[in-house]
Amino acid sequence: MLREVLGSIFKKPATNRYPAQKLDMPDKYRGKLKFYPQKCIGCKLCMKDCPTGAITINKLDEKKFEALIDLSRCIYCAQCVDSCPKKALEASGDVELAQLDYKKLKVVFRAD
Amino acid sequence: MHNSEEFKIPFGPQHPALKEPESFSVALKGEKIMGVDIRLGYNHRGIEKAAEERTYIQDIYLIERVCGICSHAHATCFIQAVEEIANLVVPKRALYIRTLIAELERVHSHLLWLGVAGHEIGFDTLLMYSWRDREVVMDILALLTGNRVNYGMNTIGGVRRDIDPEQIQQTLKAVDILEERTKYYIEVATQETTIIKRLSGVGVVSYDDALRLDAVGPTARASGVKRDIRADDPYAAYAEISFDVITDDHCDVYGRTVVRVKELMESYKIIRQVLKNLPEGPIAVRAPRMIPAGEALSRYEAPRGEDVHYVKANGTDKPERVKIRAPTLANIQAVKHMLKDRYLADMPIVIAAIDPCFSCTDRLVSLSHIDSRDKKTITWPELHQFSIEWHKQQGIDFTQLNKQLEERLKKC
Ligand code: SF4
Ligand code: SF4
Repeated sequence: MLREVLGSIFKKPATNRYPAQKLDMPDKYRGKLKFYPQKCIGCKLCMKDCPTGAITINKLDEKKFEALIDLSRCIYCAQCVDSCPKKALEASGDVELAQLDYKKLKVVFRAD
Repeated sequence: MHNSEEFKIPFGPQHPALKEPESFSVALKGEKIMGVDIRLGYNHRGIEKAAEERTYIQDIYLIERVCGICSHAHATCFIQAVEEIANLVVPKRALYIRTLIAELERVHSHLLWLGVAGHEIGFDTLLMYSWRDREVVMDILALLTGNRVNYGMNTIGGVRRDIDPEQIQQTLKAVDILEERTKYYIEVATQETTIIKRLSGVGVVSYDDALRLDAVGPTARASGVKRDIRADDPYAAYAEISFDVITDDHCDVYGRTVVRVKELMESYKIIRQVLKNLPEGPIAVRAPRMIPAGEALSRYEAPRGEDVHYVKANGTDKPERVKIRAPTLANIQAVKHMLKDRYLADMPIVIAAIDPCFSCTDRLVSLSHIDSRDKKTITWPELHQFSIEWHKQQGIDFTQLNKQLEERLKKC
């Protein structure tokens, strides 16, 4: 053990200098969701399968939908991504989601 | 306090030596433990009941969260039961991927335990090193599944993600690093005097007692009981993989440490075989949303021991009953036995040595009246009524909401 301890004195720290040095998330990491309103057909399968009720799809107009995602409820399981028949949802590698203002955790995606 | 006098002290629910809150009442004579009364239930979360109110797909993620460390264990165990009821034939490739994640999870769980055990005996250097090395396997899990914990890899009928050759290469590379480090930890565990002196003869449970008290997992194996569901009742791909069931005859916390570090080496062996023999083919079959009526019991060797799930389906898209028996519940009786006639200072490490997971274990709360210690059983409707009245007293009225809920329930 002593050898290991002495050896470690000269190694660089195992921790990263966050936030100066950002973490690289692997490809296909399940972070914040992305929604493509053009692709959505409003079948609401994502809402049905979401374990936490974090996602809500609202109809705005004929063939126009918006997605409301409550990031504080979402558990980033990406089941909605799997359930969506039109690939209108996608998980992004964005993991820096901490907010001081609770309201900012409710995100609306809408086609404009 | 007189040495001859017996007195009781509470240990927990909130206690610096326990990572999870749980209530122990220790009868002491001086420093010596005369008996331990364990009151489970502080962490009761009502997961089984919640599972009845969600669909099978939603339940995967709920059940996965029974435990943050053995998340794949619980999810797989539940899904195996559902698949059995629905008569689904899971593709081979999916079974191999499940096995791979299961073993990576075991590696991360055992490395985590090694650190915690080091911390409990004041050997924090070990904690720092083993947790640093654990990051290697955490990164691999994040790479393969998309999450560091609660991987969400399983779905009914298979797995949700495939693995590609590049990921296999990266995993193999990580396993090489981890194997090197584990060899070092085996050396530490078997040669470091601090560990040997502090852990030998602590928390003894003999072979007969381990059998009598129904110990499971590394706790049982460290008492020489060759009990491992992977070998006894193979699930996933374990039937096609060769590995040894590690046992030890020290019967104490030291033995449990040795079993766990040696099991790491077996896990690397399994991971390598899985990656080498990974069959081609689909990764999932389509599962129906409505699961036909039936019941099934499924067993799984979680890092902490045998995990048992019972699922009863009634033909709808929601289970009628889900029962979970986490490994800690099986081991907790052994803890009582281990602590008898030992010293109070051993308590943290003896409890930590079964690698307890109290939140997973708590299936019921028992509340007794603080003065009279009276207990009574109340039914679900009574509890419902009680909660409405209690909230009314606090000035919250649920009448309106309740009406809506009842209407919705009627519709179902
Ligand atoms: S990632 Fe999971 S929790 Fe989040 S919105 Fe999708 S299904 Fe719901
Ligand atoms: S499942 Fe896909 S297409 Fe259907 S409502 Fe959700 S996002 Fe839109």
